[in-house]
Amino acid sequence: MSVRWSLFAAAAVALVACGLPASAQTLRYANQGELKSLDPYTLKETTTIAHHAHVYEGLTARDKDLKIIPALAESWETLSPTKWRFHLRKGVKFHNGDPFTADDVLFSADRVRAKGSNFLSNVPADAKFAKVDDYTVDVTLDSPNPILISQWDSWFIMDKKWCEENNSVAPTPASATTPSYAALHENGTGPFTIESHQPGVKTVFKVFPDYWRKPEHNLKEIIFTPIGSDATRVAALLSGEVDVIEPVPLQDIQRVNASGIAKVMTAPEIRTIFVGMDESRDELLYSSVKGKNPFKDIRVREAFYKAIDVDLIKTRVMRGMSTPSALMIAPELYPLSKDFVRPKADPDAAKKLLTEAGYPNGFEVTMDCPNDRYVNDAAICQAVVGMLARIGVKVNLLAQPKAQYFAKVLKPGGYQTSLFLLGWTPATSDSHNVLHDILGCRDDPKDSTRGEANLGGYCNKEVDALTDKILVEPDTAKRDQLIKQAYEITIKDYAYIPLHQQPLAWGVSNKVKLTQRADNQVLLYWATKQGE
Amino acid sequence: MSEAVVPHPGEDGAQPSRANAGWFRRALDSDIFHSFRRSKLTMLAALITLLFFLIAIFASWLAVQNPFDPSQLQLLNSRIPPLWTADGQSPFLLGTDEQGRDVLSGILYGLRISLAVGVLGVVFSGLLGIGLGLVAGYFGGPVDSVIMRIADVQLTFPAILIALLVNGVAKSLLGNRLDEWSMLGVLVLAIGLSFWVQYARTVRGSVMVEKSKDYVAAAQLIGLPAPKIMLRHVLPNTTGPILVIATINLALAIITEATLSFLGSGMPDTMPSLGTLIRIGNNYLFAGEWWIVAFPGVALAGLILSINLLGDWLRDALNPKLR
Repeated sequence: MSVRWSLFAAAAVALVACGLPASAQTLRYANQGELKSLDPYTLKETTTIAHHAHVYEGLTARDKDLKIIPALAESWETLSPTKWRFHLRKGVKFHNGDPFTADDVLFSADRVRAKGSNFLSNVPADAKFAKVDDYTVDVTLDSPNPILISQWDSWFIMDKKWCEENNSVAPTPASATTPSYAALHENGTGPFTIESHQPGVKTVFKVFPDYWRKPEHNLKEIIFTPIGSDATRVAALLSGEVDVIEPVPLQDIQRVNASGIAKVMTAPEIRTIFVGMDESRDELLYSSVKGKNPFKDIRVREAFYKAIDVDLIKTRVMRGMSTPSALMIAPELYPLSKDFVRPKADPDAAKKLLTEAGYPNGFEVTMDCPNDRYVNDAAICQAVVGMLARIGVKVNLLAQPKAQYFAKVLKPGGYQTSLFLLGWTPATSDSHNVLHDILGCRDDPKDSTRGEANLGGYCNKEVDALTDKILVEPDTAKRDQLIKQAYEITIKDYAYIPLHQQPLAWGVSNKVKLTQRADNQVLLYWATKQGE
Repeated sequence: MSEAVVPHPGEDGAQPSRANAGWFRRALDSDIFHSFRRSKLTMLAALITLLFFLIAIFASWLAVQNPFDPSQLQLLNSRIPPLWTADGQSPFLLGTDEQGRDVLSGILYGLRISLAVGVLGVVFSGLLGIGLGLVAGYFGGPVDSVIMRIADVQLTFPAILIALLVNGVAKSLLGNRLDEWSMLGVLVLAIGLSFWVQYARTVRGSVMVEKSKDYVAAAQLIGLPAPKIMLRHVLPNTTGPILVIATINLALAIITEATLSFLGSGMPDTMPSLGTLIRIGNNYLFAGEWWIVAFPGVALAGLILSINLLGDWLRDALNPKLR
């Protein structure tokens, strides 16, 4: 009897022992762009933020439907319209074992708003953080801000002690040429730790066993490799070398779906792709026109707008999968979008406008473009170059990987661009973010974060005044009307040239189940993978 | 051996014209030409190489559009398959790519870039290598040691790595000022710096052999300066091997340029070489749009094959042991 029991027990132990490692899987993920810095305040870019979200956490998070949920803050309340109280989660540990406390929140609030951070507008400049006790933080504001926490899911909390010990109190700017300690190492509270990080080559994530939330995934590690070439990335998915790729090039969607090995998850993304022009400098940095800035003339901007045929880009470059846009925000995020219609392209009118503006023979300008960030980004830029060439504007295209591109054109790089292609997803899922970050005046003395991503430097005080009203307007219908007024002004000014909303296209192996969020963050902590 | 021609009687009076006609006749009469005439494959390779050079030179007359001029690319004409397929459209014989660029025009102009980079790269590496090889071989001693040790170190790396390194350094130095034409210059520089070693070693070897011969001693005795002896007396006797290396290196240089462009660190999409065209086309291969990559690939393969055949033949023809 006892022999039989012990045999049974041994068999049970063996079963459990075999069963456990078999169910913890390794997931291989490839993206077209590389992960450069691990410092969570270096680059405000969706793919990078999604990578960081595996190891770092904010006070809040967003769920699968983008709704705000508690994370490191267990709960919060508004004591008055200008005073918020946050109750922090107890018992949370950083990956090195340090406990998470209010000091870390205060430290992170300073660090995220320090020079070199790319996340200045995530935490308003007027927000003052005060520690009540180790697990309670009060935030006091100068004026009411109902959307205070809307971007806190991407404001990741760092360990004060660890940053101080490792000489990483100051954030690493995107334009930095030598990486800081925090750019090569991490110490977050998130579900994964980073075992090794070779920028541009390979990053290995391991499960953090002491994570406070119950994991939804069945992974033991994630191996991330950037694969820049579209064809190679698809081949890697189809050969089973990787399990998840983002994005699938539009021309290969059919092939992947027909392969029987993997499927493409597609959906419209809420990201707007647009072309911007430097409207602020007195002389363009990269142009044949000297002594003046042609883009200060609305007629030139209108000419560019009318020269670009978004419908042709949709059918030819995007294979019918983009949604041409009249606004700088996706229709899903603004109910009155249908009131705006994008005028048809008209190269003849564009040519006439250029002549009126004093450029009958056009001029020469350099365009900055990423080639590994957005869906078919370099191809879109080439198409735009061709369309502008037809109205006499000679565009020299500088298409670079996103690391170099962002370091040059974003705020830390000094907005060094004359003409560029950019995509924007309002992190708040709301028009205020677009009007404030992209269409707001730079160098506002009262609000240093206004116009942070306004690479073109468009500035109209009327828009800013409306934006401030929109922030505090509680009535939705009235608010939507105010937003409409603001958009109408920016359209009349030809502030930017919105092109389209791009499609989401993730290639996922049939062995993997994954949740696709509409902001295109590939979050693998919701992934499950069948055993090999 | 063939130099020992029996002088024809009665031609002494017509010295100048004889020199010209004699040069041509001597060329036709030479061993090299005979060996050329004997090999049908070599003649074919020479013909194809010549053809490639001619269509590269006359690309602007042959192509239906200038693929480097964005205003001539119509997005409406994008992704048209070759003419002989059901959806083909005139005048796009080999079809068009995603941007509406005619594939045949792309190849013609791309060939021009590839050959220009190749030829200039070979000339540059040749000048560098021959110069250093002459100096090393003629002077010997420490000068020789320094140059040859540098050459040895460089030989331990594959040429493509050196080219990538030079390319990367130039890119970070020039940064945003890097337009299409300076990219071409950078490629020539990168290729030149990767391929000079073979020249230097070959020339050095020949020079060391020639140096001990009597005619060099005679030249030294009458007090000619070293550069003159090197260039006028020694160098002409090393041309055979240099010619062979140059021909084979031309193919290598074109391949290196294509590799760099294929990897995305060569010519940009707006001024594509053959390698760039292959990289662009590679992205559409899975989608069934094979013509965007296939034809530039065939063109590159044909060019390299014919130049290599020529190089092989030249090596055999100039090798006295094989005669």
